[in-house]
Amino acid sequence: MSNSSHGQDLIINSDSVELYKQRVARVLEQASAAGATAAEASLSLGKGLSVSVRLGEVETVEHNRDQGLAVTVYIGKRKGSASSTDLSDDAIAETVNAACDIARVTSEDPCNGLADTALLARNPPDLDLYHQWQISVAESIDVAQRCESAALNYDKRIKNSEGASLSSQEGMQVYGNSNGFLQAYPTSRHSVSCSVIAEDGQGMERDYWYSSARCADDLEAIGSIGTTAASRAIGRLNPRRLSTRQAPVVFAAEIASGLFSSYISAISGSSQYRNMSFLLNCLEQAVFPDYINIREEPWIKRGLASAPYDNEGVATQARDIVAAGVAKSYILGSYSACKLGMQTTGNAGGVHNLVVSHGVHTLEKLLTKMGTGLFVTELMGQGINRTTGDYSRGAAGFWVEDGSIQYPVSEITIAGNLKDMFRGIVDVATDVDTRRSILTGSVLIDNMTIAGE
Amino acid sequence: MTQSVLQQARAALLEPAGIQEQDLTGVLDQIMSYQVDAADLFFQHSRFESWVLEDGIVKEGSHNIEQGVGVRAISGEKSGFAYSDAIMLPALTAAANAARAIAHAGQQGDLQAWTQRNDRQLYLPRDPAHDFSAQVKIDLLQRIDAKARKLDPRVKQVIASIAATCDTVLIAGSDGTLCGDVRPLVRLNVSVVVEQQGRFEQGSAGGGGRFNLQQFLDGDYADELTGEAVREALLNLEAVAAPAGTMTVVLGPGWPGVLLHEAIGHGLEGDFNRKGSSAFSGLIGQKVASDQCTVVDDGTLPDRRGSLNVDDEGTPTQCTMLIENGILKGYMQDKLNAKLMKTAPTGNGRRESYAHQTLPRMTNTYMLAGNYDPEEIIASVDKGLYAVNFGGGQVDITSGKFVFSASEAYLIENGKVTRPVKGATLIGNGPDVLTRVAMVGNDLALDRGVGTCGKDGQSVPVGVGQPTMKITELTVGGTSA
Repeated sequence: MSNSSHGQDLIINSDSVELYKQRVARVLEQASAAGATAAEASLSLGKGLSVSVRLGEVETVEHNRDQGLAVTVYIGKRKGSASSTDLSDDAIAETVNAACDIARVTSEDPCNGLADTALLARNPPDLDLYHQWQISVAESIDVAQRCESAALNYDKRIKNSEGASLSSQEGMQVYGNSNGFLQAYPTSRHSVSCSVIAEDGQGMERDYWYSSARCADDLEAIGSIGTTAASRAIGRLNPRRLSTRQAPVVFAAEIASGLFSSYISAISGSSQYRNMSFLLNCLEQAVFPDYINIREEPWIKRGLASAPYDNEGVATQARDIVAAGVAKSYILGSYSACKLGMQTTGNAGGVHNLVVSHGVHTLEKLLTKMGTGLFVTELMGQGINRTTGDYSRGAAGFWVEDGSIQYPVSEITIAGNLKDMFRGIVDVATDVDTRRSILTGSVLIDNMTIAGE
Repeated sequence: MTQSVLQQARAALLEPAGIQEQDLTGVLDQIMSYQVDAADLFFQHSRFESWVLEDGIVKEGSHNIEQGVGVRAISGEKSGFAYSDAIMLPALTAAANAARAIAHAGQQGDLQAWTQRNDRQLYLPRDPAHDFSAQVKIDLLQRIDAKARKLDPRVKQVIASIAATCDTVLIAGSDGTLCGDVRPLVRLNVSVVVEQQGRFEQGSAGGGGRFNLQQFLDGDYADELTGEAVREALLNLEAVAAPAGTMTVVLGPGWPGVLLHEAIGHGLEGDFNRKGSSAFSGLIGQKVASDQCTVVDDGTLPDRRGSLNVDDEGTPTQCTMLIENGILKGYMQDKLNAKLMKTAPTGNGRRESYAHQTLPRMTNTYMLAGNYDPEEIIASVDKGLYAVNFGGGQVDITSGKFVFSASEAYLIENGKVTRPVKGATLIGNGPDVLTRVAMVGNDLALDRGVGTCGKDGQSVPVGVGQPTMKITELTVGGTSA
């Protein structure tokens, strides 16, 4: 699928990077010619292959190619944005004009504008984020089949499957603005996942597992992805409900990151300046117990959420978000920083690897420390009110007594308020889940309300 | 007389690229010669614009164009899929080559001649924002801001937005399908923050459908939404902790139908049932609900958010009976799953865009009206929860467990609606929740047009609806004993 002006094939080498950068530079020139006093543009290109197999047979083979250009223009303090997946010269001109047309009619906002030039990334580091995976369709199918068959052979109660899949994606992000910033870097992401169904006389339960990495060499062993999915599904069979009660709760590492993403949402600039946060004006206040530290580490080599600069070109840097339980920094882009009278933290577009400190206990020891309570491995629904912190979600997992798992539970809810839950964190285990932008182990919270029978 | 939607789609999608109908035949032929059962092409051009007001000013607007073509080849249970962001013949041919490579084992399907269909028109086939200047949209948002602040001095922040999309699609299939559709979709959202003695609460309301922006400008539409958002926020200032435990729950009419979408709808999608992975697999003809329950999925309602003239495979949408007087009647099907299950497609084959694969998806899913007066239903409850507005929901298809989160709810005490309670998640089991429906009201209402359904990472607009409904036992996830 190669063509000179449309639907170009994505080639990642130093020559092509220069071409993509020139393309963005031209867009910025066009914006200026169309009347913009400042402009920024990002071009993203991607390609990939996904295959899925189910019960040993190929189910889908998908080839994807994605491209998109997004432009934001400023006319004085007025702003307009436009984007297009059509990268023909005509479409780009139309996109730039559409953005300018919008910027002529929107209202002036003193906070609108590009990021402070002094904060832009001068020499962005190479974070080792791009590793091609030279894998054919046939080889991909083979990997997915091996993953699924490991799950199907794990236990005779694994009777059905939603399949196993492999996805290999690579892409190029180019960002430039009219303050002279123009950079690009390639990225890749490869993943293998498996979802199977365990069944016995009582009913069916499904669970899954996956591995995801910048470099295929860093993926978990293929067979172990399958067997983990299978053992998780088996473990859920014959769940009981619980009576309504108060109890301590352990959030398994794979879902505990959600607790901290609620924290990030509460301290993000837009939540703060809109008064839509349960932690308004919380800087320098104790939000967590003093043994909790949270750092942003944007430069982890091969990190899944690593980035040399943010969506505005601002250099990212490692820093404390929470130190000894105290909120040290908000999550800001230039606009929300201006609204709060602060400086951007290089988080336009989100956080880049959040590392939550942990104690010395393994998950097993954490359950022992809890004694009797609920070990949650799955959460359902969106029941989080970010203005008040009220938290109420569907849950499934295991009932634990004297530190040992007794039986699976489902069709229950857990509820509380996030402010209390944060203060009530007793310990974080060492079993850090590295597949997400928030890196945390399992989290023990002192008390929540469980609703059930 | 305006041109047909197929002509419109041709003009928008094929003519600029110089692609002729015989080229489509050629590409399909090229795929079918490779021993596949069926193939289809999905061309799409989508124009989206949005305007956002915050702090009393419209500070942002955006304009987005997405276009491309998706190519699929099917062989038995296998699908090969590829797409291109460029609509031009060489790219189309390349995508076809990539897609057909899956299939060597298929039957040699036949390429059928095009069958033309009469155009149905459930909505006006034109861009819903086309006739409206930017100033009209900005003025509307500013009117909403002023209205909200005038309603109550405790209103501290107003965020209002207008979104308008026009999707033009052309679908060509080896089974002779050749059709076009032009799909408008608009949405108006109002969100407010109120403050009282240092306590902040939020309220929001939204509405929309497949009509043009005039509807937002007419009458009280925008004022009603604004009033609704302010009312919900002020109510939250008074809300006490929600109860925890299993109790009688009365759901209000309209949007609480999200229960049906999660508890019943997803479990009745063809793919899960073909694979035997749904808690409803193999239950056709069995009783899964009380006699009072009749549930349909209906893609044919004029102007509704979940409606389509034809689905994304070119099958005309229909009103599909899912549960009739408590008995499970049918599944929702796309072409692939219908063929594998030896049944007919039901017009539920949908995809987020050309860059996504078709799946069986819901359109507008709702329960038909029953016989009870809503007040009689409330009066019959000694102690319980009355939930009238919801956020989202989720379901585990295999175990059948589903949740949906109330954003506006009240206690029922001695047959009367009393105090408002904070939001809480409700959890239940899909295959048996409707067996506990004790009373169905006579007040069927559909939602205001805000639903978006996610499945396999794809979002599509949907509708839900129901009359007031009493469920004798449902678990409410509050914090109060």
